[in-house]
Amino acid sequence: MNEVAALNYGIETAIKMGVILAVIPVGAMVLGYVFLFKMMAHMQSRLGPMEAGPHGVLQVIAEGVKFLQKEDLMPDGADRWIFKMAPVVAIASTFLIYAVIPAGPDLVISNLDVGIFYALAVSSLSVLGILMAGWASANKYSLLGALRAAGQLIAYELPLVLAVVGVVIQAETMSLSGIVEAQAHGSIFGFSGIGNPFVLTQGVGFLIFLVAAQAELTQAPFDMPVAESELVSGYMTEYSGFRFLLFFGIAEPATAFGLAAIAATLFLGGWYVPGIGDGLTANIVGPAVLGAKIMLVAFLIFWFRFTYPRLREDQLQTFAWKWLIPISLVNITVTAILKVAL
Amino acid sequence: MSANTITEHQQQAYIAGQAADARIRFELETEGMTLNIGPQHPATHGTLRIVVRLDGEQVVWADPIPGYMHRGYEKLCEVRKYQQVTTLVNRIDWLGSFCNEVPFILAAEQLYEVEAPPRAQWIRTILFELGRIANVTLFLGDMGVQLGAITPVFYAFRDREYVLNLIESATGGRFHPNYDRVGGLKDDLPKGWVDECKQAMQGIRDFCDEMETLLLGNEIFATRCRGIGVIPRQIALDYGLSGANARASGIDWDLRRDADSPLAWKHADWKVWTHPDGDSFARYWVRLQETREATKIVEQLLDSLPAGPVMAKMPARLRVPKGEAWISTENPLGEMGYYVVSDGGPSGPFRCKIRTPSFNNISIAPWLLKGVYVPDVITILASLYFILGDIDR
Amino acid sequence: MPAPKKLQLPGLIKGLGVTLGTLFRPAVTVQYPHVKESPTPRARGVIALLEENCTVCMLCARECPDWCIYIEGHNDKAPPRREGGKPRTVNILDRFDIDYSLCMYCGICVEVCPFDALFWSPEFEYSEFSIAEMLHDKQRLGEWMDTVPEPPAYEVGSEVKVKKYASPAAAKAKNA
Repeated sequence: MNEVAALNYGIETAIKMGVILAVIPVGAMVLGYVFLFKMMAHMQSRLGPMEAGPHGVLQVIAEGVKFLQKEDLMPDGADRWIFKMAPVVAIASTFLIYAVIPAGPDLVISNLDVGIFYALAVSSLSVLGILMAGWASANKYSLLGALRAAGQLIAYELPLVLAVVGVVIQAETMSLSGIVEAQAHGSIFGFSGIGNPFVLTQGVGFLIFLVAAQAELTQAPFDMPVAESELVSGYMTEYSGFRFLLFFGIAEPATAFGLAAIAATLFLGGWYVPGIGDGLTANIVGPAVLGAKIMLVAFLIFWFRFTYPRLREDQLQTFAWKWLIPISLVNITVTAILKVAL
Repeated sequence: MSANTITEHQQQAYIAGQAADARIRFELETEGMTLNIGPQHPATHGTLRIVVRLDGEQVVWADPIPGYMHRGYEKLCEVRKYQQVTTLVNRIDWLGSFCNEVPFILAAEQLYEVEAPPRAQWIRTILFELGRIANVTLFLGDMGVQLGAITPVFYAFRDREYVLNLIESATGGRFHPNYDRVGGLKDDLPKGWVDECKQAMQGIRDFCDEMETLLLGNEIFATRCRGIGVIPRQIALDYGLSGANARASGIDWDLRRDADSPLAWKHADWKVWTHPDGDSFARYWVRLQETREATKIVEQLLDSLPAGPVMAKMPARLRVPKGEAWISTENPLGEMGYYVVSDGGPSGPFRCKIRTPSFNNISIAPWLLKGVYVPDVITILASLYFILGDIDR
Repeated sequence: MPAPKKLQLPGLIKGLGVTLGTLFRPAVTVQYPHVKESPTPRARGVIALLEENCTVCMLCARECPDWCIYIEGHNDKAPPRREGGKPRTVNILDRFDIDYSLCMYCGICVEVCPFDALFWSPEFEYSEFSIAEMLHDKQRLGEWMDTVPEPPAYEVGSEVKVKKYASPAAAKAKNA
């Protein structure tokens, strides 16, 4: 009996790992192509890559291959091991986020009871990789970038978590599947036709989450850690070839994909659309619905990125501590009072 | 337009505060860090090197080191004929290149004792303003890039292209027109140019509106620029700033209006914009207004374009009379002047001193960069708006 | 003077409108190797040489600001114009090279040529893999003659005399 169970467990784990390993590059590639290449280009009245494949769809692959061919450079004074490990650490946190995101009633790698808590905890691990990269590069720009990243991510972890607390209070669970269920079966003032996507009741929370996620992803207007015009490329300055691909080509869009997935799950109802039920149909249609919602959130994230200039580091701290955190605290209070009162 | 302006008292208070900050940091001595911004750096658009001593992210002192792109134009001009110099000086400020040749050719005309016919002066003025637009539109977009907004610069390149096309269809060269000759112009305008030009001017005004919504009206842009890099009026005068940098510090001085020039600016109705603040935001705002004003000048001059030849009758002599001439004009970056000496020889000038605006404008950097943060270094340098070719010549 | 505060959208949101608007407008990109923009007739792309008109006077080579034109020639006797006259001395062009890796595209050579032997062509696709191949000899320069356009008409109000041999066809006809 035990052997069968162990075998099953082994197969299950292998499948789950396979899924994650497939989803991350695909997600990164889709985001990279649709938003970083095409949407950015059209917003700047350009066309973007057009040559590789129809409308340049294969360009992402071409870029990946290009990076793989490049020399793996390392600065002379670099801390060799830390320098090599940093991109791996950064991308590991991205992999870990995906473990708890439900793509359907049963399509979840690991349905943790504290799923959202876990997701936010591991998402902030990436700053460790950034700090390692900045320190090990033996480059002043890298160091400045890494320190900025550390300061920024600490400041923005807090509003990110506080924005989620409102959702958790409303859903009465920290399991991501549970939160989706709560939105599916919820009702707005007695009307339960579309469930209760928390973006309607937690609109403020959604906005704060988006802003904080933008900072977490180090994207404009909060892209000081990589600010090209100031710090060349911040903590990525000394990286090249495969390691640069891990940082820039995979970790960045894949983390955007992961955080968009969390936002879609928390605020837009995850895999649920009205009329989907929670049986087999939901398991088949669910991933597509979640994908569409992820794209919607990612569109917002990248839209801000292509429009805004960046803030200064101290202005960002001011914004986080004087505006976002008080607003999210008020949001929590109001949510809690209404939850008890209603 | 500018709702809340900074009084002189506030300016002084801001500077005093910064200086005090820097001093305290200096007294609580921590081991600082010397950072080389440049000569290869994305923000210097060229090869300017700025050595900054940092304390954390705050600049203790900064020292700009130009000269990485010195091409020796003053010396090169001495071994060229007058006709050949214009093609060299096109390359000084490479964004508004037509504007570089005008003051030189005016000085040469003064030495030759000829004057170009009115139609030539009109066309020179129009192309001069087109050069200004080609230069400043890029600043309007580039400022966004320096502050982290990647989109505006693409709009700038897009709309600047129409102006460059106009310059090309008239002169034959997009960047290096070499269109001025001593006594007039190389050629007249091609047919249909005037209408095309009017259309392009409308496009540029739309671009200005776009920039006003996308950048100038953006709250993040305002927080990054307001009160950053304040140059008080007196300091601007002391350092010899010119152009929009001086006008943004409240100095109402524009050579197009104030100098007695044979060019046609006095025949158009336009306004010199100034701003009392003297900060980065004011410099952006002044340049934006100037671009709008330039489109108006171009349109008015197109309407009043006189008929006639574009080349004066040149005296039939080989030698240029002995003498010297100093002509300066209000170029996109500021006051640009040529001091040309002729020794009566048959070839080119004996001496040609070029006064370029960017060199003076960047000389204020050590004063201005004290006590600011690293991101503000970039904001300030971008808003001072220099071109490396213009600094190093 | 503070203007009366109107109820306005914050600049952050108006800015988003600009980028979104551009997203749905067609892009201005021209897909270069597939689609080509035609440069204006005056564009200074490459210098074309009409060999028959060249008299090896060396004016262009001397006026060139960076001395990138190399000319060699020799004297030769041509049959006399009239019956019984003395044989004429003509200059024969042996070599006419322009080094495009040095050329500044200022157009002074075209302008100073007194015999209409040099023309601007807007053609620009002649980049090479090696810098030595940027040296165009007189045969290569002669091939560009086919691409020289007619000069454009002048704008209203112009009093510039249209050059008699400004167009390559007219210049050729003069020689024949």
